This record gives sequence, structure tokens and C-alpha cells, in this order.
Amino acid sequence: MTDFPHTPPKMSWTYNNDVNAEIRRAAATGIYDIRGGGSKRKLPHFDDLLFLGASISRYPLEGYREKCATDVWLGTRYAKKPIHLDIPVTIAGMSFGALSGPAKEALGRGASAAGTSTTTGDGGMTEEERGHSKTLVYQYLPSRYGMNPDDLRRADAIEVVVGQGAKPGGGGMLLGQKISDRVAMMRNLPKGIDQRSACRHPDWTGPDDLEIKILEIREITDWEKPIYVKIGGARPYYDTALAVKAGADVVVLDGMQGGTAATQDVFIENVGMPILACIPLAVKALQDLGMHRKVQLIVSGGIRSGADVAKAMALGADAVAIGTAALIALGDNDPALEAEYNKLGTTAGAYDDWHEGKDPAGITTQDPELYSRFDPILGGRRLKNYLKVMTLEAQTIARACGKNHLHNLEPEDLCALTIEGAAMAGVPLAGTSWIPGRNGF
Amino acid sequence: MQTFDLEAHGLRQLNSALHALRGQTNETAWEIVNPKGSHAIAVGLDAPIDVTVRGSTGYYCAGMNKQATVRVKGSAGPGVAENMMSGTVIIDGDASQYAGATGRGGLLVIKGNASSRCGISMKGIDIVVHGNIGHMSAFMAQSGNMVVLGDAGEALGDSLYEARLFVRGSVKSLGADCIEKEMRPEHIAILADLLKRGEADHLAKPEEFKRYGSARKLYTFNIDNASSY
Repeated sequence: MTDFPHTPPKMSWTYNNDVNAEIRRAAATGIYDIRGGGSKRKLPHFDDLLFLGASISRYPLEGYREKCATDVWLGTRYAKKPIHLDIPVTIAGMSFGALSGPAKEALGRGASAAGTSTTTGDGGMTEEERGHSKTLVYQYLPSRYGMNPDDLRRADAIEVVVGQGAKPGGGGMLLGQKISDRVAMMRNLPKGIDQRSACRHPDWTGPDDLEIKILEIREITDWEKPIYVKIGGARPYYDTALAVKAGADVVVLDGMQGGTAATQDVFIENVGMPILACIPLAVKALQDLGMHRKVQLIVSGGIRSGADVAKAMALGADAVAIGTAALIALGDNDPALEAEYNKLGTTAGAYDDWHEGKDPAGITTQDPELYSRFDPILGGRRLKNYLKVMTLEAQTIARACGKNHLHNLEPEDLCALTIEGAAMAGVPLAGTSWIPGRNGF
Repeated sequence: MQTFDLEAHGLRQLNSALHALRGQTNETAWEIVNPKGSHAIAVGLDAPIDVTVRGSTGYYCAGMNKQATVRVKGSAGPGVAENMMSGTVIIDGDASQYAGATGRGGLLVIKGNASSRCGISMKGIDIVVHGNIGHMSAFMAQSGNMVVLGDAGEALGDSLYEARLFVRGSVKSLGADCIEKEMRPEHIAILADLLKRGEADHLAKPEEFKRYGSARKLYTFNIDNASSY
């Protein structure tokens, strides 16, 4: 009977190794998993879309000869001093506290060299980024950590953060181990304690209040600065419409692939919508209000390449923002540091315990020994290179579609590889005229 | 005394004129008439001037104030003196929600009552309320002092950090991690000074107050405190 055939071992799809490991971890620790980095699950994304290059029915532009402009104006609705960027790829808000001072400096250096803006985060404005960012957007956050009117006036634009793609409706938590003396001082809190960032603003309760809050900020800054309103991708049609109604100059829409410094894994992976699904709804809201291109739309959440930039713009965005990709460009999760990631129980590319402050790359840490390893000049150069490459890639695609400006890309330049992508993006499935959910189907 | 008719000349002109006073000025006394509940009156001031508003104001009066003394001869709408940095704001009447929210410095005096969320997320401001305050006041308050001569509503000081709360009357309930604490001589001294600066020393004595502060049990996440989160 020893050779009686056994059914081969078969793992459950529902209770797979990842799921079981998390159950064991929760049972052992008594706390949900907190991590950074944003969603890791496979989501419908820009990869589900393809461009339709020109042939006979469309006329392409010469790749290395004919111009394809990339500049963008932001804040043309009300601000006396709208922002003009050379490229439509901006750096998303990331906090000092989550990131080190040298990392902030590198973001400023790289973005300025590439002709674009950086954004502060939860924790206020640092001299590193103000000093090295030609154009700096100052985030006005629920926590109001580091908030002061002098910095409002030193900023080039103000971004009222209502939500974030990784956690729409959620607040933040900077764990005590990252609270250095400087972070504690900036946030008016004792050193070493967990710092909870509120999920909602303390002094308004709805869109009508937001309108009055924007009025106050405009009055304080003498109506000079563009006011952005940032929303997490959850109800993009209505939230965009309400942001416009409240007086936003720019709407920043962050899909669920957007990063976070530290949030519950269960939240990151289960709340919000992919950016692909969000953009058409936000654009529809702007079009329904007659405000498309008058109130600019910046989209973020999983932007990685010039193809993503071009696809976002073809769907109707005016610009994009990158966060996680910028950190990777600086050198985070670099395989050259594999041995050190191994010591932390992980591997390069998967490191996401940014809240623990042990980042070997010196980017997501407040440990002086670690962040002194990071060279902000080299990091800035790498970011500049990456931004330039993304722009070149987007231009290449736009020219192939016959466009002399990235803003001239349109949904008609796209088709979808998957039914999900077609339905979310509102473009036809490749080889058909079928847009799921439209045309009566 | 400069008199500014808000109804006649508008908000933008008012705030532009007041912002022009940053630094040295001889025009140190301003009177604003006909406010009629307008929002964002005298916001973002940054000069040692005296501004008196004759009437009631809407949202965010004296928001982000630095250096200036702003007196409202009426009641104030939501978010009065929000994120104040320094200076003094005195409300003769009542204040609506979020009075002194996220304030980082200076003194806010409310001679009437304050509504809910007074001092929410306060970060160094001192607030003196002659009357009562509403529910969820001092929610997530980080630092500074709040003095209430009357009663406090539900969930006072929920998720409090290092702010000190002094209440003379009753407290309907304390929020998570907020407890009554001993009044030591240094607290009596702080309170006496605040009552004097808050034009309330003739109304109450420091010994009549109880002090509330953080139990500091929620400073570091612990699953055993999950029911408090």
C-alpha cells in the first residue's frame, strides 16, 4: 500500500501563504500591520491602455525634429500668480518626518532642475525644501503640524489636503521612533510619542465651510497663490465638483496606488479606487461644470513612466504628481542595499516599514547616521534625470499621435486591452468600438 | 483711529490695508464698522496694532493672527482666531465652533460662551472663556492652556496631549485619556496670570478651578487600549 497514490498537497486560494502569514502575525502581535508604500495588490491601471499611433487617419510628428510642448499653467482661475511649470510631472506631498531633511533637499534640487514643483507634507515646511525648490506647494493639512502664516506666504501655491489616495477618510500615524527633537519641535509634541494626524480638518465640517476656508487662505495670502484641493480617489465625480464649487484653482486627485508613509495595510488595500477609474469621473465633473482646463486637474497614484503621464493627460489631466516613484529615483529600495534590507527581514523592492525609521537608503528616516549616507546632490541629479526621461517618453508618444503639446492628447488616442480598463477609462476595447457601460451595453 | 466701513469698501480692501501695516506703522488703532457677519475679517495680521470690530463676525475672524490685538464688540462665528500665532483676540459676546482651533500662541478671550470644539488641536495658544464651552472641546489639544469659568460639555480633552485645561464649573464628561489632575502651586500661578490677562480675575479665583490633563496612556499604541481608540 505504500505506493497508493495520494492527492498532491493543494494550497487554498483563499487561505494562501500570504493570508496565513498575516493571520499568524496578527495573532502574535495583537496589532494590525502598519506600513508605507501604498497599495501592492494588482489593480486595473494605465497598463490596461494602449495608444493608437498615427497612420493614415492621423498624421504623426517627426520624433526628434518637430516640437512637442510640455509646459503647464496651474492656478489660472483666481490666483494673481499662477504657476508655470516646464513639465507636467510634479512631486507629490511627502512629509518631513516621514522623509529625512536630505531627501527633501534632493527632491527640491531634482524638481527645480527639471523645471517643476515640489510639495511639502504633514509636518510643515523645511528650509531644505524651500531653499532648493524653485516652486514649492505648501500643504494645508488636517493636523496643521508646522502650520504658520509666514510659510503660507513663502509658498508658491497652497494645497488644501482633504484626502489622500492611500487612505481616503483616514488620518496618519507617525510612530514615536521617528520623532527626533526637530520633528517634535515642528509638530508641537513631546519627543518619542506616536503622533496622530487627524482624518478631518478641525475647523470646518463640509463643502460650504471649505469655501469659506479657501476665502480665508486667499485673504491671508492676498489672492496671490493658487489654491489646490487634494482629494483621495473615492467619489471623484462629486468631490471634484464640490472642490470646484468651493473655489479650487486646481484639483489634485490621488488614486489608491498613491503612497503613504505609514497606514494600516488593511486600509491601504481595501479603501479607495484605482486612479484609472478616478480620472474620467473627475474630468466629467469638470466638463459638466464647464471648468475643464479652467480648473486644472493633477492626478497621482502609481505614475511610473512617460507612458503613464501621457495616458493620464489623454484622459483629461493637466499634470501628474509622483511620490513613490520619486523616492525610488532617489535610491530607495535599491538592490545595491540588498544586504542591509535582508538584515531588516526584507528585500530590496519590498521594504515598506518606513515608519520604523531604519531605512538603509537614508530617505525615509530621521536617524542622523542613516540619512547622512544619502547624498542630496546625487539624489537630486537622479530625480532630474528620471523626470526628464518621463517627459521625453511622453513627448515621444504624443508626437506619434500627431500632437504638438502633451495637452492635445485625448481619449480618442487610446484603446484598452482589458474590459476592466475599457470600462474604467471610458475608451474602446482594442479592436472594437465597445466601451463597456456605454452604447447601451 | 482709522475707521473702515466694511460694507462700503469690502473685505479685500480691508485686509489689504491691514496687511500693509506689517512692520513699523503709526496707524496703530483701527475700527471696523458694519461687519454684518462677514467672514475672514482681519485675517493674517502681522503688526502690533489694535483692531476693534463693531458688531458680529462670520467665520475665521482674526485667523492666523500675529502680534495684533483684535476686539470683537459682538459675537464671533466659527473658527475665530484659528491657528493664531501671537497677539490677543477678545470676543465680547459668544463664539461659535472651533474657537482658537490649532492656535499656536497668543491669547484668545471669549467673554460669553464658546460652542463645541473650542481649542480643538490647540498647539500653544491660551484660551480664556468666561462662560461655558461645548462638547469635544480641546480634542487632540497638544499644548497651551484653556480656562473655562463656566461648565464644559461632553468629551472634554479627548485624546489630549500636553495642554492644560482648567474648568471652574461642571464637566459633563471627560474624553479618552483625559483625567483630573492635582492643582499644584505652579498651576495656581499660571491660572492667576491667565485670569488677569483674560480680564476675568474679578470673576473667579484660581482656587475654584479643577485641572484636567492627559493620562498619557494613549501616547504609544498598545492593543490593550484598543477600546479607547
